[in-house]
Amino acid sequence: MTRFGILLLVVFALATPGLTQAASGSGQGADPQPRASLPEIEDEVMCPVCGTLLGLSHSPAAERERVFIRKLINQGKTKDEIEDALVAEYGGQVLAMPENRGIDVWAYAIPVIGLVLGLLGVAWAIIAWRRRRPDPADGPPAEAPSEDEADRVEKDMARFDL
Amino acid sequence: MNWRTSIVVLGVVALMGFLVWGLVKKGESSLALGEPVPVATLQTLPEGGEGSLADYRGKWVLLNVWASWCGPCKAESPALDRFEKNNRDRITVLGIDTKDLSEDAMKFLHEFKIEYPQLRDASGDYTDAKLKTTGVPESFLVDPEGNLVAHFPGPFEDEAAIEDFAAPALKDRAAATGSQQPEDESE
Repeated sequence: MTRFGILLLVVFALATPGLTQAASGSGQGADPQPRASLPEIEDEVMCPVCGTLLGLSHSPAAERERVFIRKLINQGKTKDEIEDALVAEYGGQVLAMPENRGIDVWAYAIPVIGLVLGLLGVAWAIIAWRRRRPDPADGPPAEAPSEDEADRVEKDMARFDL
Repeated sequence: MNWRTSIVVLGVVALMGFLVWGLVKKGESSLALGEPVPVATLQTLPEGGEGSLADYRGKWVLLNVWASWCGPCKAESPALDRFEKNNRDRITVLGIDTKDLSEDAMKFLHEFKIEYPQLRDASGDYTDAKLKTTGVPESFLVDPEGNLVAHFPGPFEDEAAIEDFAAPALKDRAAATGSQQPEDESE
């Protein structure tokens, strides 16, 4: 078999699973996203009047929001589509997590900037502390014990059989 | 004072500043009588247009903030509707639906056969931040210059209560001779 033939076989072998998957996917109308669930969405959106996650609220407004979400789930909408519909109804504040665009980006950037500044501060403090700490080698030499002290040490060591 | 002490002092001063600012802002809990009522362009209800309290400048306006999920709003609606029908030559009732599903809001309007103009503040930005409402329903009486004359948080018990609230408008002879529709609708 020529090199070209081997190359064709390899390409065909690699492409076949993808083609099979694509064919079965288009044939059965496969959904790239898993079906949305109410508990999952409740943890990602806010109650419009309570200032808490929807999952934590049972106010009349929250119950209406739940009914709306259930209706969209039953229509087969994905989580993203449902969240988009909620934003269209209540505005962007309905999302518990800020969007990663526009001024909302700062909600993600500020903690990172704070963390970096905090780490730099800690590193600076450690360096400053180490510089200030006296080196024992630079201190004055310890004085030798006097004769009395040396005698007492000898006696004590003899008493304890050391 | 060395630079480290200066940084600490600046930090403490900034923190105190934020605390004081927060307390001052929290103290402004409602609009002041006699002051201009803030305006904002909102969607109309049914959707498809835009409107603002500013469109009604030159007329007395009873601004009523409501939501379809609010029980007291349902309770006061028939009286408010009767008041509007009986006094539409002197005062415009303008509803603002807030933090509500548009479909629910439309059902509410049909259920109570409400005909007066409606705006929709879906996010509550206008009603919370500018009108400083603390709940629904809440009503504001706005004079023809756009200033706040009266404010009533909570539902009106009956039509008489609404007439008492709107008395300055009902007693204003000039209002009775003025046009009762917004400028764009009167053409």
